[in-house]
Amino acid sequence: MSWMSSSLKQLFRDLRAQRLRTLLTTLGIVWGTVAVSLLLAFGGGFHHQLKKNSAGLGNGIVIAWPSLTSMPFEGLGKGRPIRLDEEDIRLLRQGAAELGDISSEYGETLRLQLGPKTLAVDTAGVHPVFGEMRNMIPQEGGRFINALDMLHKRRVAFLGNDLAEQLFGAGDPVGQLLRIHGSPFTIVGVLKQKNQDSSYRFRDKDMLVIPATTMQALTGQKYMDNFVFTARDVARTQEATQEVLEILAGKHRFDPRDKEALGVWDTSEMAAFFDTFMLAFRLFLGIIGALTLVVGGIGVSNIMNVVVEERTREIGIKMALGARPRGVLGQFLVETLIITAAGGAIGLAITFGLCRLFPAFGVTDYVGDPSLSPGLALGTVALLGAIGLVAGYFPARSAARLDPVVAMKM
Amino acid sequence: MNEPRHGGAEPDVAASPLIRMRDIRKVYDTGKIQVEALRDVALDVASGEFLAVVGPSGSGKSTLMNLIGCLDTPTAGSYELRGESVAGMNRAQLAEIRNRRIGFVFQSFNLIPQISTYENVEMPLLFGRVARRRRRERVEEVLARVGLADRMEHKPTELSGGQMQRAAIARALAMRPDILLADEPTGNLDSTSGGDIMDLFAQLWEQGHTMIVITHDTALSRRTSRRIELHDGRITSDLRNGA
Repeated sequence: MSWMSSSLKQLFRDLRAQRLRTLLTTLGIVWGTVAVSLLLAFGGGFHHQLKKNSAGLGNGIVIAWPSLTSMPFEGLGKGRPIRLDEEDIRLLRQGAAELGDISSEYGETLRLQLGPKTLAVDTAGVHPVFGEMRNMIPQEGGRFINALDMLHKRRVAFLGNDLAEQLFGAGDPVGQLLRIHGSPFTIVGVLKQKNQDSSYRFRDKDMLVIPATTMQALTGQKYMDNFVFTARDVARTQEATQEVLEILAGKHRFDPRDKEALGVWDTSEMAAFFDTFMLAFRLFLGIIGALTLVVGGIGVSNIMNVVVEERTREIGIKMALGARPRGVLGQFLVETLIITAAGGAIGLAITFGLCRLFPAFGVTDYVGDPSLSPGLALGTVALLGAIGLVAGYFPARSAARLDPVVAMKM
Repeated sequence: MNEPRHGGAEPDVAASPLIRMRDIRKVYDTGKIQVEALRDVALDVASGEFLAVVGPSGSGKSTLMNLIGCLDTPTAGSYELRGESVAGMNRAQLAEIRNRRIGFVFQSFNLIPQISTYENVEMPLLFGRVARRRRRERVEEVLARVGLADRMEHKPTELSGGQMQRAAIARALAMRPDILLADEPTGNLDSTSGGDIMDLFAQLWEQGHTMIVITHDTALSRRTSRRIELHDGRITSDLRNGA
């Protein structure tokens, strides 16, 4: 132990004697550490943001559009329209075992009046579960459409946040009245702002949501434009989709393989693709960072080789006095690890600082905020340790293998 | 650790020699040529002897010193140090033997210039894992014995040649070794300093230390109790002074 502490004293003396070289070497490790940890932190932040943005559309939802058949089936020609109504939704709820939530969606651009203002607003008539499926979270003090609204065909409306701002400015819209398609509606909630980087019909922030039953009563629309559903288990979304297709194909007599009769967009596939893509992307970033760190490690190995060479005589003397080869090996390994640890600590601190500063740049919505997670920091430290050990091992081994008789003549 | 016993007493070679070498052969293989540095060397050294090894350059003196000092192992033959066979030991075991049994004094002192005299002398105690307080006592004691008690904090570069060699002798004594092994200890010194070192050696011998000195210095070799001469890797004469 005390030999170690005297070795450490000696290490710092050596490092001081070669201040510039030590500085440059440490810088190599610092740069490598920053590269690997920052790249991975950005990768993680970017992935997180992508997930968050895609959650703007919904959590593993499937969107389905009834359309025209494109294949003849059971003697029926192609080009036949498939029309779905609430009866189909009931049927699916009962028959599809893999199905989670489901909501029909009726879309129409309707006239909205508020005092002197008149606007054409994209309006969707939906079920209460739609809010949860599509991550349409109400701002404080408001709510989404509920079951009683549906049952009683209440004239209640949920506003997109931009639409609310356009109509009411900074004022609170909840409880206010407006006219839609000539009928008075009470505003029950406003959408909490969210990032939505994809949509299939309207932008949530600009649209108006009312109960599906109210919509049908208001416009006389019998058939839905599309429906949205989730699987009971997101991993079994494909099976759920297959069930939905088969039930509807059976009822409406179309070929379940007909891609056009019922168009399907499975967003959970996209999420799965993103996950794979991001894994590959982060792996790529990690490898680039790790290579930078390896270059830093080569620098450290190099300086340790020089140190061993310059201290050959001293190592010989120590061995003559009874230093064991393993002790010499350990000494140089520890020295290398100290340089690596110092560089790594500085590097991680820089990354941590940059992660803290980054949100101030205001590009969070696009690339996310890098974050230095404990796992990431630990991984970087493990990589640093491995590189330090390898970088130190070879110079240390050559020191430990010195013949004291020869070394003392240096 | 055995304490020094009787100064300059008659050695009892037959009973149990400190060093017992038989049929020692050392060949240096440089790849192209083989150099036989030592051949058929048999040597017994008893505890308390003061042995001078003399001979011309290339006669094998340094090789013999490296073997006795366990810095190197013989190509063939047996070497027992205090009854323990050294020939088959690995590097770690040899390091341990050097640390505990041998105190080296080199011609070029071989002090580490960056650290203080104190730290230089302390070094073998660190390798020997001696506790901190004991180390302090030992270092102070041996530095006092060589007359450097007031130079502890000086770096070797701040000492004269004679002082450096005395620091090296203090370092050699620190672990209380069985043998003090010196290679041309006066070779790098002027005659005055050299004389001081010789006096110190004689004094240490009188205190009971076993000393082996490789030297060209006839003044030094005349003060020893025994003198062997090497030629072409063989011991050609073995004389006891005053015998």
